[in-house]
Amino acid sequence: MTDAALDPIDRITRIPGDFPAPRAWWICFGVSLALLLLFLVSVGVLLVFGVGVWGNNIPVNWGLAIVNYVWFLGIGHAGTLISALLLLTGTTRRNALNRFAEAMTLFSVICAGLFPVLHLGRPWLFYWMAPYPNTMTVWPQFKSPLAWDFFAVLIYLIGSILFWYLGAIPDFAAMRDRSRSRFAQVAFGLAALGWRGEARHWARWRQAYRLVAALAVPLVFGVTASYALLFAAGPVPGWASGIFPAYFFCGAIFSGFAVVAIIAVTLRHALGLGALVTRSHLNLIGQLLLATGFMTGYGYAADAFTALWSGDAREIATLHDRWTGAYAWSYWGAVALNFLPLQLLWFRRVRVSPVPLALIGLSVTIGMWLERYMLLVTGLYRDWLVSSWGIYHASFWEWALFAGMIGVFLAPFLLFVRFLPVMSVFELREARHEKREAGHG
Amino acid sequence: MPQIFTPSADTWPRVGVGLGIVAVTAAILLGAGLVQSAYVTSVDWVVDQPVPFSHLHHAGELGIDCRYCHAGVESAPNAGLPATEVCMTCHSQIWTGAPMLAPVRESLAKGEPLRWNRVARLPDYAYFDHSIHVSRGVPCVECHGRVDEMPLMKRGEPFTMAFCLDCHRDPAPHLRPPDQVTRMDWSDWTAERAADYGRRAMEAHHIEPSRLDDCGVCHR
Repeated sequence: MTDAALDPIDRITRIPGDFPAPRAWWICFGVSLALLLLFLVSVGVLLVFGVGVWGNNIPVNWGLAIVNYVWFLGIGHAGTLISALLLLTGTTRRNALNRFAEAMTLFSVICAGLFPVLHLGRPWLFYWMAPYPNTMTVWPQFKSPLAWDFFAVLIYLIGSILFWYLGAIPDFAAMRDRSRSRFAQVAFGLAALGWRGEARHWARWRQAYRLVAALAVPLVFGVTASYALLFAAGPVPGWASGIFPAYFFCGAIFSGFAVVAIIAVTLRHALGLGALVTRSHLNLIGQLLLATGFMTGYGYAADAFTALWSGDAREIATLHDRWTGAYAWSYWGAVALNFLPLQLLWFRRVRVSPVPLALIGLSVTIGMWLERYMLLVTGLYRDWLVSSWGIYHASFWEWALFAGMIGVFLAPFLLFVRFLPVMSVFELREARHEKREAGHG
Repeated sequence: MPQIFTPSADTWPRVGVGLGIVAVTAAILLGAGLVQSAYVTSVDWVVDQPVPFSHLHHAGELGIDCRYCHAGVESAPNAGLPATEVCMTCHSQIWTGAPMLAPVRESLAKGEPLRWNRVARLPDYAYFDHSIHVSRGVPCVECHGRVDEMPLMKRGEPFTMAFCLDCHRDPAPHLRPPDQVTRMDWSDWTAERAADYGRRAMEAHHIEPSRLDDCGVCHR
């Protein structure tokens, strides 16, 4: 049977055994392994010499680590929302997107979580954030968003793992049944947890999956709120604003959909999945990107308006710093990259063409990074006291860690693409079956 | 095609999960026990010393006051260890040829102090001052244990943060009259008497527990 004659859904399960683009995969994987090595070196340097190798210091004591933390977490949120929200609302177009979007969530949450831990100064004591009986009789400060953040991200990580894994169990069973090598049969068989496709299995699975989905959606709001409040709960001009949780939420899913757009287009091209990730899916991603982009834009406007309307001299000064200060490039860079190319998505022709969509996604991904950088640095570099003003430059090792962290994201993601079904095969089948049945009816 | 898994394949992961739960629970309980054990806190572990000095003999049987040797305890952060000359106030007269005391005589002859090994050790990030504790009437025995019953010196209490904070958060029952601060045996003080004295002492010394567990009190 030739590849073209094959059922496009069946092709998904054949990808791990007969990968369509091995050379491209090896090149990408080699690059990500190099980045992973850079990550290990940067962490090693950090642990040996301490956080002094980074450029952050009073007054900008958060630096690139927290910028990247917020950025990676934000990217993760789109995966959960695409998957859980569209599952609960019964949108079948979700099925071609959810699996890799969830994998994206999982790996970006891991990357995000590593940043604040490495930022601690003594990373090996990170477990002090957890409340456990100890010989110091010290507990976390439950009134602090820092403690909420720890819980939120930890629960989100566990939730993301559960959601991704639960959703993949029936596909693991299918892979077990189709694998030819003994090793793959046993590995997928163990991952499938003895799935035999009984009605009882399906009933329990459906219950568990929808339950985790229903928990995951509010979790996204909880996590964005907790790290938005890291900023907003302090008396810092430019940060202490009620709009922040909503603003951060919109920005998070905006950046996440942008990365989904990049990944969807790349996988579609590399694995020949044009029949599954259709123009209709690209259209959906484009629409979501446009809508969340406008919500984020509203956040920018509301943030500026609140500052001006407050009449507070410090708030207005911070706004002024953002527009014309030392970091104005990050503000206008964010505005330009986030919103200018985005306007092309008004046209359906752009939304359904893969390359422009991916390029707009890339522009938004970078723009949202600039926004996180702008929000963090402009809030801190000119504080209340003129005597404590100071400029922040990220050091070489901060950039190295950031680049390395991209490797921490890419390496497992590429392994996922290479060895696991990148789409939810059984759900695609189910949706197709229901569509045909509806046609008969 | 032969079956991939045997009929018992479902059972093994279940057993594994059960064992995993047992293992994690056991690890937590063992860990909790370990950090409070003498193995970690060094309580009751004798430390080797150049001379086998007996507090049981000197402080207990002979009744020499703690401050005779630890002279700085009332006025300085460190209680201090005695100079060789302090040992020699007596040992130039008695047990002058005892082989056990050879290092002391050698120290005097060479003018080099004895190198005692520390028993009560606090980490460098914890600030501690003996003088304030002594002047407010925290008796030696509270932290150092029944030194008068130790033939060889050992740690009497676990110097964990919890140990410090237990007293800092509720000092009253631990306070004694400052003029009897070196007394070791308080068994004749009932709980009521200690509570009554503690209440008055807290008032007299203006001790406010609400401020005694601020981070900056010990971590300066």
